[in-house]
Amino acid sequence: MAAGESYPEGLKYHSEHDWARIEGDEAALGITWFAQDALGELVHYEPPEPGAAISAGSTYGEVESVKAVSDLIAPLSGEVLEVNAKVVDAPETVNEDPYGDGWLIKIRLSDPSEVDGLLDAEAYTRFVAEQ
Amino acid sequence: MQTLLRTPLYDRHVALGARMVPFAGWEMPVQYEGVIPEHRAVRTDAGVFDVSHMGELEVEGPRATELLQSLLSNDLDRIEPGHAQYTLLTNERGGIVDDLIAYKLDRFRYLLIVNASNRETDFRWLKERELAGTEVSDRSDEYALLAVQGPRAIERLGLPDAKPFTFAEAAIDGVEVMVNRTGYTGEDGGELLSMAEDGARLWDAVLARGIVPCGLGARDTLRLEVCYPLHGNDITPETDAISAGLGWVCALDKEFIGVEELRRVQEAGPEWKLAAFVMSEKAIPRHGMPIEGGGEVTSGTHSPMLDAGIGLGYVRADAALPDTEITIDVRGRPRRARIVRKPIYKREEN
Repeated sequence: MAAGESYPEGLKYHSEHDWARIEGDEAALGITWFAQDALGELVHYEPPEPGAAISAGSTYGEVESVKAVSDLIAPLSGEVLEVNAKVVDAPETVNEDPYGDGWLIKIRLSDPSEVDGLLDAEAYTRFVAEQ
Repeated sequence: MQTLLRTPLYDRHVALGARMVPFAGWEMPVQYEGVIPEHRAVRTDAGVFDVSHMGELEVEGPRATELLQSLLSNDLDRIEPGHAQYTLLTNERGGIVDDLIAYKLDRFRYLLIVNASNRETDFRWLKERELAGTEVSDRSDEYALLAVQGPRAIERLGLPDAKPFTFAEAAIDGVEVMVNRTGYTGEDGGELLSMAEDGARLWDAVLARGIVPCGLGARDTLRLEVCYPLHGNDITPETDAISAGLGWVCALDKEFIGVEELRRVQEAGPEWKLAAFVMSEKAIPRHGMPIEGGGEVTSGTHSPMLDAGIGLGYVRADAALPDTEITIDVRGRPRRARIVRKPIYKREEN
């Protein structure tokens, strides 16, 4: 079952419809409810390699639905610590739980000050409403 | 900006919350609930597609058969009135102008149901070649067309059994329809042709019978699993029927436009063949991706039934044999696939 629309407080958002959950100098990244809804049921996740460096605003992987391919845009820069194997095996996890089990990667932040440039839940919700 | 055309069911699609997209100049539903549940509904029960954007051309007159026999690849003399035939409109190079189904209404009258994107090309092609004693007319705007497909489609519609590629008149909840036992999903079912003004009433009657509304997204995954070619992708005016594996709809013993070239390709053996493949690795092939060693993917998607990437593509004839390994360039990443026999998906017989 697809999740209902929500943009939880406490997460940081990027205008390319990605979210980040910051814990110290690490962060979990994923795509927002809006992004998964626009794509439809995901059937493929092409993750980065653990250890790879990703940089804010650049592509770090891809997700695909039956009809479309979408680049994953990094909201923050850092080193990939972990890839969510559950999503590799069952990409629809992202549709079911975009902010929980549907996380995509965990990274170690290389520039924590980038967090200040992201949107909070309220600002992102307003941004989505204008789309 | 070009205005998109709308079928008589546009308001019904919007009311159901369909995602509408431009397709061949039309604003069409790509999905309602989702491509995968709609796909499964057709494989396991029944689904309905609005295909009113397709073209209906009528050819009539005492020389209608003679005209069509000279333009279409298949042999219309093999069918009786009440029967239909899958066939190709071919050019001088043996290329495919369109693929279509010809319905023999009576000895002197045929209905051709053609791809939406080729409606005008086909009409002009036929009109320019009209003979004295034939009349070609474009009747597309007069009709609505619903494809009702799936193992329970006919039962849910309350229609009698009939053979594939036949058609008959019927009424569904008072709406007069021509029931064509044809389709584009590999499942049993029919295509219901009604007058355009009855289209919405027919749609409502079909949905009231528990048949699931399905969009163009599922139509594409369903046809690709059973390897039905899509004109404009897998077959084009530049590809010939023999290389495309459509030799079975070419009556090479009769005369029609392009037959000499098709006989030559048949005799020499095609250099390229349209082959079906299944990805051995996690990846989804897409239209236009290069195949290592030459050729490219002409259609690709994720198969909901196999839960794997599948596709069609032209490969060198010696690489087209089942079990041959090929490598596809998926946006710069080499991904392995295996050639399989068509169709890619086949229902398990009980």
